[in-house]
Amino acid sequence: MTDTPLLKVSGVSKFYGSRIGCKDVNFELWPGEVLAIVGESGSGKTTLLNCLSTRLMPTAGSVEYRMRDGNFRDLYHMSEAERRFLMRTDWGFVHQNPADGLRMTVSAGANVGERLMAIGDRHYGKIRETASDWLSRVEISTDRIDDQPRAFSGGMRQRLQIARNLVTGPRLVFMDEPTGGLDVSVQARLLDLLRGLVNDLGLAAIVVTHDLAVARLLSHRMMVMKDGHVIEHGLTDRVLDDPREPYTQLLVSSILQV
Amino acid sequence: MTDLATYNFAYLDEQTKRMIRRAILKAIAIPGYQVPFASREMPMPYGWGTGGVQVTASIIGPEDVLKVIDQGADDTTNAVSIRAFFQKVANVAVTTHTSDATIIQTRHRIPEQKLGENQVLVYQVPIPEPLRFLEPRETETRKMHALEEYGLMHVKLYEDIAHNGRISKTYAYPVKVDSRYVMDPSPTPKFDNPKMHMSDALQLFGAGREKRIYAVPPYTEVVSLDFEDYPFEVQKFDQNCALCGAHGVYLDEVVLDDKGGRMFVCSDTDHCEDRREHGHVGEMLAPSKEAAE
Amino acid sequence: MATPLVVSEVFKSFTMHLRDGIKLPVVNDVNFSVASGECVVLGGPSGIGKSSILKMLYGNYAVDAGQILVGHKDKIVDIAHADPRTILEVRRHTLGYVSQFLRTVPRVSALDVVAEPLFARGVDAAQAKDKAAELLAKLNLPRELWSLPPATFSGGEQQRVNIARGFITSHRILLLDEPTASLDAVNRRVVVEMIAEKKREGVAMLGIFHDEEVREAVADRILDVSQFSPRKAIAA
Repeated sequence: MTDTPLLKVSGVSKFYGSRIGCKDVNFELWPGEVLAIVGESGSGKTTLLNCLSTRLMPTAGSVEYRMRDGNFRDLYHMSEAERRFLMRTDWGFVHQNPADGLRMTVSAGANVGERLMAIGDRHYGKIRETASDWLSRVEISTDRIDDQPRAFSGGMRQRLQIARNLVTGPRLVFMDEPTGGLDVSVQARLLDLLRGLVNDLGLAAIVVTHDLAVARLLSHRMMVMKDGHVIEHGLTDRVLDDPREPYTQLLVSSILQV
Repeated sequence: MTDLATYNFAYLDEQTKRMIRRAILKAIAIPGYQVPFASREMPMPYGWGTGGVQVTASIIGPEDVLKVIDQGADDTTNAVSIRAFFQKVANVAVTTHTSDATIIQTRHRIPEQKLGENQVLVYQVPIPEPLRFLEPRETETRKMHALEEYGLMHVKLYEDIAHNGRISKTYAYPVKVDSRYVMDPSPTPKFDNPKMHMSDALQLFGAGREKRIYAVPPYTEVVSLDFEDYPFEVQKFDQNCALCGAHGVYLDEVVLDDKGGRMFVCSDTDHCEDRREHGHVGEMLAPSKEAAE
Repeated sequence: MATPLVVSEVFKSFTMHLRDGIKLPVVNDVNFSVASGECVVLGGPSGIGKSSILKMLYGNYAVDAGQILVGHKDKIVDIAHADPRTILEVRRHTLGYVSQFLRTVPRVSALDVVAEPLFARGVDAAQAKDKAAELLAKLNLPRELWSLPPATFSGGEQQRVNIARGFITSHRILLLDEPTASLDAVNRRVVVEMIAEKKREGVAMLGIFHDEEVREAVADRILDVSQFSPRKAIAA
């Protein structure tokens, strides 16, 4: 266990005029740690995720990331070229709708291989082999390597998106409702896959979800957001089993038991 | 009686020529980079070579000798029209001989004969952006060029190999210029790509509809994109030219009758004529020569 | 460390915001310690706070005041005030917990559920699975079930998976919440022997056992939780 965090977030706020997107968010994330950001619609969780992943510029605060050379860099003091490079190599972003994170008109193999080609890999055979390997890791039959994601089911598309993101061995993955919109049985499979991959690869991840079961299964720590503020945070099982704040208690008690 | 108004030299007004020359200088300074320019209304519609014509018009001078080819031929309608256009508005000498020309405007082919330091090749370009069909957003392709993010280009080649067993792009084959920008060489056959590399001549590219000019200065590296295990290869023809017997040149297929008869002849008409003048004959002409003797 | 677990002046209550903020006190002024090789049993009537104490010790419940000191590696960590990462590390290496109910994860086989704490400590997968198999065999879980996810197991079968998972590591402190509740006599005896073995290894244990026979067999000391109950103050 290393002592240096991977991500340092200080006072991140996003305002839209006088409307609060998110306010004063502070936390640190260590390698191999999964943080769930939980809240209902309008809580600010997606806004926060976008501020952290450089998709949205915060109004205030800083997001510092520890680069592979060990130095911390403020993400918003980097050039766009550096940010984009980071996004393609050291980070992943799994969208809720897999079509947003895939090239739908290009084969599954090319989708997975694209990041490799973007960083300079020039051997077709090896690229194809790596792509094939990743497809089987996300439980997509390798004979579908030349098929387009348009022909895939929702769950398969999502798994393909995950493979596409993980092929360059990122250290930090952002996930926006990774199981949203999927059938329950498909969700279970995907969550198990994610859990396994996160463990095997020692990934740090920030997962935005409104589904507490997803948070329980995937995350070590949890942050509960309401109206743009972080109202409770701590060890996931502690927040779910012994919620302190009124809103957290409401959220936890609202889950229907099957 | 006053003279009727005549055209300004080479049709374009001086300010326009200045603007285009500036774009050309910038293009030469950044090989392969697409420089936007204010493309003018020309007396031919978009898609008929307005880009090439504007570039030629901006660089041509009274001492120049102009050659115009279309798919390698000097005698197609378009080549003839453009040549006549410049004769009228610039009163310059024109030729069909590659070696005599100082400016060669071309649609979709590079002459077989090696070009020299005193020559400029002006290409007509329909779609200048090599990434256009993969990424339709101009905002995104500009960023990709700026940040040298060309992974997508290789994705296209990967797809070709995955679906066709080999890279199937046979014309407008993307190249990397001076190890920096990826460029579309215009719809020339990939057979011509090696001619662009370290050429003695200056190569200028004009796209009128898309309003872009780009350039490859002489002695610049131009490398066709490929994979280590699927390297770039030019087309090979089994036959020689039926008229002049030339080997290792780009051939056009000509249908002779409705019984499937055809012959293959040089696409570069000047090259073919030149060889025949020097006594080379191909199969097609050999029997008639014998008969004549 | 002779006394790896020390609980000092711990207070806990629940504030039910959904019921107009009623405060439900759970325990007041809890003080006790557990020594290495000792098994302390928490006694007292149902609902007195025994499970809650175990959960507080594990970091699963928060405390209002007090300290929960755990000897972790060569330091002392206060679970009541430690940050989440530290608590996770203590759970990984030092503090184990056999909960009352197995929370099942879809698709993970019983064998892997049991082996997981070893995977988390970096033990080679094959070795970990062997150890897991050993424990499941000891607990008489039918072999056919080992490769199946436990979600459809009976209560007793799930409990045995839970126990195996809790006992597989070499944690220095074990918290046991009704580990034998759904077991038959044969398996209860197996668990008693497993506890005895842990005691011999110097593990400090704190447990809740409803079954008298088991309690008699394993307890070195019984700690009556009623003494910490706020209700006695009300009743008095």
